[in-house]
Amino acid sequence: MSNLATAPQTVPQEARYTWGGDEFLFVEVSESMSLVANFKVMSMATKLAAAGLEGIVDICPANASLLVRFDPDVLPPSALEENVRTIERELTHSHDRSLDTRIIEVPVWYDDPFTAEVAQRFREGFHQEPGGTDIDYAAKVNNLKDAAEFIQRHHEQPWLVSMVGFVAGLPFLFQLVDRDKQLEVPKYLSPRTDTPKLTVGHGGCFGCIYSVRGAGGYQMFGVAAAPIFDPAQTLEDFKDFMVFFRPGDIVKFKPIAEHEYHQIQEQISAGTFRYRQAPVAFELSKALADPEGYNQALMEALNGI
Amino acid sequence: MAFEIESPGLATTVQDQGRKHHYNVGIPQSGSMDQYSAELGNALVGNTAAEAVLECTYLGPVLVTDQDAVIAVTGAPVDVKVNGEKAAQWSRLRLKAGDELSFGVIQGGTRYYIAVQGGIAVPEVLGSRSTYSLGAIGGFKGRKLEAGDLVPVGVPLNSGALPDGDSVPDEFRPVFAKEQTVRIVLGLYDHRLTDEGMDNLLTGEWKVTPVADRMGLRYSGPGVKWKEREQPFGAGSDPSNIVDAGYAVGSIQIPGGTQPIILHRDAVSGGGYAMVGTVISADMDLVARAAPGTATRFVGVNQDEALVARKELAQRTNDAWAALGAIR
Repeated sequence: MSNLATAPQTVPQEARYTWGGDEFLFVEVSESMSLVANFKVMSMATKLAAAGLEGIVDICPANASLLVRFDPDVLPPSALEENVRTIERELTHSHDRSLDTRIIEVPVWYDDPFTAEVAQRFREGFHQEPGGTDIDYAAKVNNLKDAAEFIQRHHEQPWLVSMVGFVAGLPFLFQLVDRDKQLEVPKYLSPRTDTPKLTVGHGGCFGCIYSVRGAGGYQMFGVAAAPIFDPAQTLEDFKDFMVFFRPGDIVKFKPIAEHEYHQIQEQISAGTFRYRQAPVAFELSKALADPEGYNQALMEALNGI
Repeated sequence: MAFEIESPGLATTVQDQGRKHHYNVGIPQSGSMDQYSAELGNALVGNTAAEAVLECTYLGPVLVTDQDAVIAVTGAPVDVKVNGEKAAQWSRLRLKAGDELSFGVIQGGTRYYIAVQGGIAVPEVLGSRSTYSLGAIGGFKGRKLEAGDLVPVGVPLNSGALPDGDSVPDEFRPVFAKEQTVRIVLGLYDHRLTDEGMDNLLTGEWKVTPVADRMGLRYSGPGVKWKEREQPFGAGSDPSNIVDAGYAVGSIQIPGGTQPIILHRDAVSGGGYAMVGTVISADMDLVARAAPGTATRFVGVNQDEALVARKELAQRTNDAWAALGAIR
């Protein structure tokens, strides 16, 4: 679908700096999405947070850009820009291309009745193929044989949380595969006014999990079985914070059947559900050199948990 | 003490100065849309600027206080009624236990505020009492008010001391006009607009549509043109699309080049539409006061001018507190 289907190993030497009024600095690392761009964004965000500059309000790493909110009464814009530019220059000369993160198994009921019901209400005028399902359409535009093959491709390789946002705790996911293997699906022609909570969606090259019910334009393939945003913080995984995902998390989807979905609902009600997860060090060079081989090594961390 | 909500109004929520430090996970700042009006309500009743207030949208609530209360109604012009009798806006009011507060028809603008001595005392969530409805956190049970709610009111600050002034002087009351000039700093993805598109943005008249809420305001007008290009990988097919990025609060996006949307305090934190500029912080309250139909012109300023305007607004707010004999 993209005619830029070469594996991008580089991003522009210098990011583009621009202002969002008097309270936001916007740093565009790259116009196009790539693992390299996202890694640079995350590295800049981490180093900026570590610098602990007074007057910084929010550091928001996104897919290929960084948004920083600041209080100009405390931190003059020029001082902020100088600091971020210094961090960027230092990164260019650094060989530290590793990220301490975690891999998480996320159970998904693909082709579930909840998203199917909502999809039925938004066909004519909303969807490219009103007579079919979202998964069948996604399979077709990716030249795959059928929905089963699409689902296989969706869960067999892990994804990187490349951004958290839109609404509270929603992860954007970028699959850790070569660009020519990346699943790309156009968004709905017009956004829906409803999306079931925990819908596993896809728009452009990004996957996502809708943290709350609401509007949305991504194609819908299934539903995640367990919460990712828990304001009541009842489950162990939410003990420290109501939002589960962090940028840099690695997600391995696990297909589950209806009865497994219901088992997990019981565990959630009983307060005993925990995500299977393990710490990993993610090394950019290995991920770029042999994505699927490196993914195997990453996924082994989940064995025996 | 508490306010019992007999009728909730259209969209009445608890708000304060907003929630910081969680935008990076998609939790918006929230807070009173018109901070200046909310703050002066607090000033009138002896609060600090940080106490939570009730934000009313178009159609206000009917509420009864269960104890004597000191309140003030600020913001958009509306008839304030105590037990059905008209009472003054932008002024301190004393309610007796059992008194009923209600409102007439809004006469301009969009939102007005009920401040009460002691503040609305819902629990803080992530450092703020503001309601974030989509995430169902903060405020009163994470939602707008409903009939039958008992909204808790806090204990008065400073042993109940009140400022000398009991009414905000006219010169410190904002104007709720049908025409607005909104200052913006161009930037972000403004280079993606054609010259004609930029010209339309800055010289056209834009009207606030009814699609306007706490998340953002949509404007109709001449439309703009985006430069055609080969879209970058992951950006989506329309020239107004970008690889999903963080959204500055106050930023203006123009999906498909048709209707500009100004993102406001409950906005989504990111998405895939290019932004062309950002409303300066000093004009965010002004935008919040715009009712549907408000004729709006966008004027470009540079960041230095935005910072000057920011200082001027802070000074004006300080002066307004001082005019009441209150300390901000």
